[in-house]
Amino acid sequence: MGIDFLLATIIFLPTIGAILLCLHDRESEGTMRTTALTFTILTFGATLLLLAGYYDPSDPGMQPVVKSGEDIVQRGVSYEWIASWNIYFRLGYDGISMPLVLLTSFISVLGMLASWSIKKHVRGYLILYLLLETGMLGVFLALDFFLFYVFWEVMLLPMYFLIGIWGGTRKEYAAIKFFLYTLAGSVLMLIAMLMFYFGSDQNFNLMELAAMAEQAKPDTIFANPTLQVTAFILLFIGFAIKVPTFPFHTWLPDAHVEAPTPISMILAGVLLKMGGYGLLRIAFPLCPYGTQAAAWTLVFIGAFSIIYGAFAAMAQTDFKRLVAYSSVSHMGYVIVGMAIWKINESTGATENMNFWHMGINGAMFQMIAHGISSAGMFFMVGVLYDRVHHRNLNEFGGIAGIMPLYSGLAAGLFFAGLGLPGLCGFIGEVFVTLSSWSYAPGLAVVVASGVILTAGYILWTLQRVLLGPEYLGPHREALVPMNRREIFVAGVLLISAIVLGVCPFLMFDMMEGSTDQLAESMAKGYQAALQYVEEAATAMTE
Amino acid sequence: MSFSELIDRLVSNTVDHSLGLFAPELILCATVVLLLLARLIDLDRKLPSYWVAMSGVLVAFAVALLNFWHSPGTGQTELFTGLLVHDQFTLFFRLFLLLFLVLVISLTVLSGLPDNEDGPDFYTLLIGSTIGMMLMVEANHLLILFLGVEMTSVPSYAMVGFLKGRRQSSEASLKYVVYGAGAAGVMLYGLSLLGGMLGTANLPEMAARFALVIDSDATMGSPELRTLALGILMVVVGLSFKLSLVPFHFWCPDAFEGAAAEVAGFLSIASKAAAFALLVRFCLVFVGTETSALGTLTLALGIGLGVIAIVTTTFGNLAAYSQTNVKRLLAYSTIAHAGYMLMAVSAMLVVLYGNKADATFEATRAIGGLLFYLVVYLFMNLGAFAVVALIRNQIFSEEIEDYRGLAWEAPALCVCMLICFFSLVGLPPMGGFFGKWYIFASLYKAGSVHWSMWVLLVVGGLNTVFSLFYYLRVLKAMFIEARPSHARSAKVQSFSSPVFYVGMVTAPVILLGTIGWLMDGLSNKVREVAGVLF
Repeated sequence: MGIDFLLATIIFLPTIGAILLCLHDRESEGTMRTTALTFTILTFGATLLLLAGYYDPSDPGMQPVVKSGEDIVQRGVSYEWIASWNIYFRLGYDGISMPLVLLTSFISVLGMLASWSIKKHVRGYLILYLLLETGMLGVFLALDFFLFYVFWEVMLLPMYFLIGIWGGTRKEYAAIKFFLYTLAGSVLMLIAMLMFYFGSDQNFNLMELAAMAEQAKPDTIFANPTLQVTAFILLFIGFAIKVPTFPFHTWLPDAHVEAPTPISMILAGVLLKMGGYGLLRIAFPLCPYGTQAAAWTLVFIGAFSIIYGAFAAMAQTDFKRLVAYSSVSHMGYVIVGMAIWKINESTGATENMNFWHMGINGAMFQMIAHGISSAGMFFMVGVLYDRVHHRNLNEFGGIAGIMPLYSGLAAGLFFAGLGLPGLCGFIGEVFVTLSSWSYAPGLAVVVASGVILTAGYILWTLQRVLLGPEYLGPHREALVPMNRREIFVAGVLLISAIVLGVCPFLMFDMMEGSTDQLAESMAKGYQAALQYVEEAATAMTE
Repeated sequence: MSFSELIDRLVSNTVDHSLGLFAPELILCATVVLLLLARLIDLDRKLPSYWVAMSGVLVAFAVALLNFWHSPGTGQTELFTGLLVHDQFTLFFRLFLLLFLVLVISLTVLSGLPDNEDGPDFYTLLIGSTIGMMLMVEANHLLILFLGVEMTSVPSYAMVGFLKGRRQSSEASLKYVVYGAGAAGVMLYGLSLLGGMLGTANLPEMAARFALVIDSDATMGSPELRTLALGILMVVVGLSFKLSLVPFHFWCPDAFEGAAAEVAGFLSIASKAAAFALLVRFCLVFVGTETSALGTLTLALGIGLGVIAIVTTTFGNLAAYSQTNVKRLLAYSTIAHAGYMLMAVSAMLVVLYGNKADATFEATRAIGGLLFYLVVYLFMNLGAFAVVALIRNQIFSEEIEDYRGLAWEAPALCVCMLICFFSLVGLPPMGGFFGKWYIFASLYKAGSVHWSMWVLLVVGGLNTVFSLFYYLRVLKAMFIEARPSHARSAKVQSFSSPVFYVGMVTAPVILLGTIGWLMDGLSNKVREVAGVLF
C-alpha cells in the first residue's frame, strides 16, 4: 500500500463509513452501530500501520520522505488542489502530529464504544460522529495552511449538532457558544493566513513557511517584526480559544457539561489538543519573533489558567463541570511548557535550550496524557450519570460499596489526572514544572502549587463520590455494576494511562526529534528576525 | 455623407452585426410574444404555459452558452452604434442570468406558484424582467443604464404583488413601487447631471471627456468635480436601491415577505447580479490614478462604497437576528451579502487608484472574486429559497417557529438547507467560503493602497461570526427542537422531484468548495472574464 493512499484512507475512511450509514435502514440501529464502530477501528488500525510501517522516529522532519538516490526530493505527499491559488492537498506527519493522530483514532474508537448509550436519532449521530473524526484527523495531517483551515472548520459543523441535538438541558446555548467562540477564533486565523499568503509570495506550504521564518529573508512577512507579532497574536487567540486558556475558556465548561458523554470524551481528549497542536505547528514556527515577544504573556496566561482552573474546579458541585475545569487547569501546563523560551536579552541567543526542549516535550506529553485521563474521567462521570441521571457531587457518596469495580477504575483514572507518579499525568506535569525553574524560579513555585491544588480537588471529589457510608441520592436502585462494554472502555483507558506513566519513553522517542528541531529552528528564526528589529531601531534614532 | 447612406449604414450595422450578437435577448422577446399569443388562441388551456416559457428560455440559454464557448477573447465590440457593449463580461452574465432563469422556471413548475390561468402573465413578467437585466449587464450608454434598470424593476413590482388575494403581497408591491420610483427619479437626475456635464452619454466616451472638462489640478473643491460627484452619488443611489444597500434597503424585507419565495429568490439573485455588473461598468468610467484629477474622485468613490459595504453587512446581519419569518430573515441575509460583494467593487476601485505595478492583476482578482461569489451565491441562495418554497407547500407557513423539528420529517430538504446556510455563513468546505476568501484576499491586497480596506477586511470577517447566529436559529429550529404534536406533517419523500431539484441546486455549493479542478477552473474563468474590463 502506498503511503499517500494510506494517509488518504486514514482521513476519509470515516467519511466513507458515514456515507455507508446513509444507506442503512433507519430501524436497524444495531447494525449501524457495528458499522460505525468497525470504521473507527479500521481507522485506528490504519494509524497503527502508519506508525509501525511508515514512521521513522530518527528523522525529525516531515514524513513521508520522497527520495531520489540519497537526496530528499520532497517531504510529505501533495496533490494539486486549487492550483491557481497555490493550494495543495498536502499531507504528512512528524513527531508532533504522529502521537496526536494516534490519540485521535484511539479516542474515537473508545468514544464510539461509549456511544451505545445514545438512543435518539442513532443514524444521524453516527454520521456526524464519523464526519467529526475525518475533520480531526485532517487537522493533524494537513501540511497546507489552507487545507488545515478547511479541516479545522469542517469539525465545527458536526460538533455543533452533536452537542445541540444529543446534549443535556442547556444544549442549545452550549452548542452555539462553542460554535461562536471557535468561529471567532477561526476568523482571526483567516486574517493571519492572508498575511502569510501575501507575505510569502503566495505560499501555503507550512513546511516552506517555517523554513522561510527560520531564515527571515527580506521582503517577506518574516522580516517584519511588527507583522510577526500581529500574526502571532491573531493565531494565538484563534488557538487559545480551542486550548482553551483563560480568558477564552468560558465556552468549555458549558460545552463539556452539556455534550453527551462520548462527545465530552472527544472534546476533552482530542479537540483541546488541536489548540496546542496549532500553536506548535503554525503559530510558533511561523512567528518565532512573535512567540518570543509574547513568551512572558503566554507563560503568565498558562500559569494563571493552571491556578484559576484548579480553584474553579474546586468550587464546582456538578461532577462534569469539575472535570471540565480540570481541563482548563491541565491545558495550562501545555501553554507554560511550550512558552518557557528564555533568551539572552543582549545577544538574542537562546539560553538553557535543554530546558526549553524539556518544556516542549513535557507540553506534548501532557497533551497526550490529558487526552487519555480526561477522556477517562468524562467517561466515568458519564457511567454514573447514565445510571442516576444527576451529577450533583453533594448527593453522591458510598459508590465504592455499591460498584467496587467502577470505583477502582475511576480512582485509577482520576489519579492519572491528578498526576500520581506511575500514571501518565505525572510525567507531563513534572517535566513542565522542572523546566519552568530555568525560566523563572517563581514560576516553578506557581506551577508546582497547581499540582497541589489538583490533588486537592481530585481527592476531595473522590471522597465525595466514592467514599462515605452510603448513597443517599436519587435512583439508588439504578446503580448496577458496569457492563462489559463500559469495563472495556475504562479498562483500556486505565491501562494506557499506566503504560504511558511507566514507559514515557514510548512517547518521547516518537516526538523528541521533531520537538527539538522545532526549538532549534525557532531559535534561529528569532536571531534572523532580530536584525530587522535593530534596523528599525536605528532607523528610528536617525 | 447623405442621409440615405447614413440610414443604410445603420441598417447594415444593426442587421449584420448587432442583431446576431443580440440573439438570446431576441429569443426571449419572441418567447414573451408567443406566451401572450398562445393565450389568444386558448393554447394555454391545452399546453401549460411553462412549456412555452421553458423551451424559449432553454433555446436562449443554449445560444448564450454557445456564444460563451466561442468567447470573443479579450475584445469588446459595441452593438447598436455604441448603446450596448458585447464582451466576455456580457456573455458571462447573460449565461448566468439565463441559467438562473431556467432554474427558477423549474422551481415554479415544481412548486406550482402560478396556476394555469396566471401562467402566461407570470412567465411574461419573469422573462421580461430578465431581458431588462441583460440590458443592464451590457449597458454602454447612460440611456440603456436607465432603461435596463426600469425594465427590470417594473415587472418585478408586478411579480411581488402576484399573490393577488393577499393584502400583504399588495402592500409589499406598493412599497416596492414607491421606493423604486423615488430611486429611479434620483438616478435619472444624476444621469442628466453626468450627461450634461460631459456632453455625452456613452460610457467609454465619458471617460475621455474628463480630460477636456476638468483641469488636471482640480480638487474636490472645484465645481465641475463636485457636480460630477453629485451625479455619481445619485446614480449610486439608484443602483443601491436595486442592490438593497443600506440605507436604501427598506423595501427589501417587506417585499420579500409579501412576495412568494420563488419571486423573492429571483429578486435576491438575478437583479443583484445584474446591478453589480452595471455598477462595475459604471464605476470603471470614473477610474483615475493618484496623479490625475479624477484620482480623488476614484478614491472617494472606492472608500465611499466601502463604507456603505461595512454598514450594509453589519446592519443586515444584526437586523436579521430578530426576525421570525424565514423570508424576512433571508431578505436581511441578502442585504448582508450585497455588502460583502460590494467590498470587492470597493477594493477594485482602490487598487486601480493606487496604480501599482500589479494593479490590473489585483483589480482582476477583485472582480473575479465578485463573479465567483455571485456564482456560488446563485446556488446557495436559490437552494435556500427553494427549500422555503417547497416547505411552504407542505406546512403553509414560513415562520421559523413552524420549522421546528422538520429535519426528522423532511431530512433531505433540511440537509440541503443546512448546506446552503453554512455556505452563506462562509464555512468550508462550502463554496461560500472560497468566495469570501477570494474577496478577502483582494481586500487584503487593496489594504496596501489605503488602510481603510483592512478595516473592511476585519469587519467582513467579524460579520461572518455575527451572521452565524441567525442562520443557526433556523437550523436549530429544524434540527434540534422537537416537532410540536399538533403541527402539520411535512412528510416529503426522499426520492421525489422536489428533493432531486433541491439536491441539484445544492450540489454545486459543495462541489465548488471541495473539488479542486472545478474551483480552479471557475476561478481562472472568472479572472479571464474580469480581465476584459481592464
